[in-house]
Amino acid sequence: MSGLEYDPKNVTGALDRREDHAPGDEPVEDAGHVILNSNLGLGFSVILTVAAFVLANSQLIYGPAIPVALLVLAIAQMGVHLVFFLHITTGPDNTNNVLALAYGIMVVGLIVVGSIWIMSHMGANMMPMNQLIEMQR
Amino acid sequence: MTDFPLPAAAETVRRVREDPNRLGHRDPHAREEIEGAGHGTTGPAHRRIIVGYGFWIFLLSDIVMFSCFFAAFAVQRSATAGGPGIGELVDMHRVGWETGALLLSSYTCGLSFAATNVRSKLWTQVFLLVTGLLGLIFVGLELFEFIDLAGRGIVPQRSGFLTSFFGLVGLHGLHVTLAGMWLLTMMAQVQVKGFRPEIVHRLICFNLFWHALDIVWIGIFTIVYLMGATG
Repeated sequence: MSGLEYDPKNVTGALDRREDHAPGDEPVEDAGHVILNSNLGLGFSVILTVAAFVLANSQLIYGPAIPVALLVLAIAQMGVHLVFFLHITTGPDNTNNVLALAYGIMVVGLIVVGSIWIMSHMGANMMPMNQLIEMQR
Repeated sequence: MTDFPLPAAAETVRRVREDPNRLGHRDPHAREEIEGAGHGTTGPAHRRIIVGYGFWIFLLSDIVMFSCFFAAFAVQRSATAGGPGIGELVDMHRVGWETGALLLSSYTCGLSFAATNVRSKLWTQVFLLVTGLLGLIFVGLELFEFIDLAGRGIVPQRSGFLTSFFGLVGLHGLHVTLAGMWLLTMMAQVQVKGFRPEIVHRLICFNLFWHALDIVWIGIFTIVYLMGATG
């Protein structure tokens, strides 16, 4: 008898719950972790936003470095929003979301960096406007 | 489990416990999978995970569209054609209020979803209403900004830079406006239909959309306004 390391009632209980799991079933969610996440997200976001607005209007750091600092703060805040508001996590139920996000970031990077890169080269290689007008005469 | 043979019934119970969906290929030493996570061993993914994933794909495509407007703005930033530059457009005070309203609305939107999780109709409606009012404040401030700029002759057709500016900021404002209409629709549906599964799924999607709008606004207030004000 001692070899049976299970309580039949317990096993049946677990079975009943498992057997009932079918497409369309929903786990019961609580509110606690959502509220906690929202509080944390708001806290971090306020800190990062205030930091960005203060930096933009002050001479606290080396002037030419301010745009870079603002970009870093913005990316950090986007990360905070993704984690605490959109609940993008590294959990097993989120693998597909993270992969899609990685692909999205790649496309956004290609579009923005590619546009700036190509258009600046075209601008640099374009004939100055006064010469262009000269040629059309 | 033990070495000596178990009674047949106990053996069956053990097998079913280890392989609840009779898939037959589950490693008995595998770590316990999270139920309904969509990895096969514990059955299909929960509906809310599938719905969230589908809407997340839409949101990413929306963000890719915004990135095109951001790229256009970056390229056209100095194409002022002798007209006003970005430094003359920025009213830091107003941008601060806009940012505060939208960030707070994101927070109350998260709280409304917490209320949805505990199926509290009253608090869901209250927080959705607060979210909508904050969104209205945001859109109103932006509208006053555009009217103010137009009064000073700063209109989209003035230069390439202004076209991209009004295009980017206006597209975001349009998104917030449409999201506000969606919010009113959701409030009506929650009131009339209650927390039926499909209504909860729509609330999930609305939440994701509202938070994504706030993420886009982070990009706008940083790249357009703050970096514009610092030169």
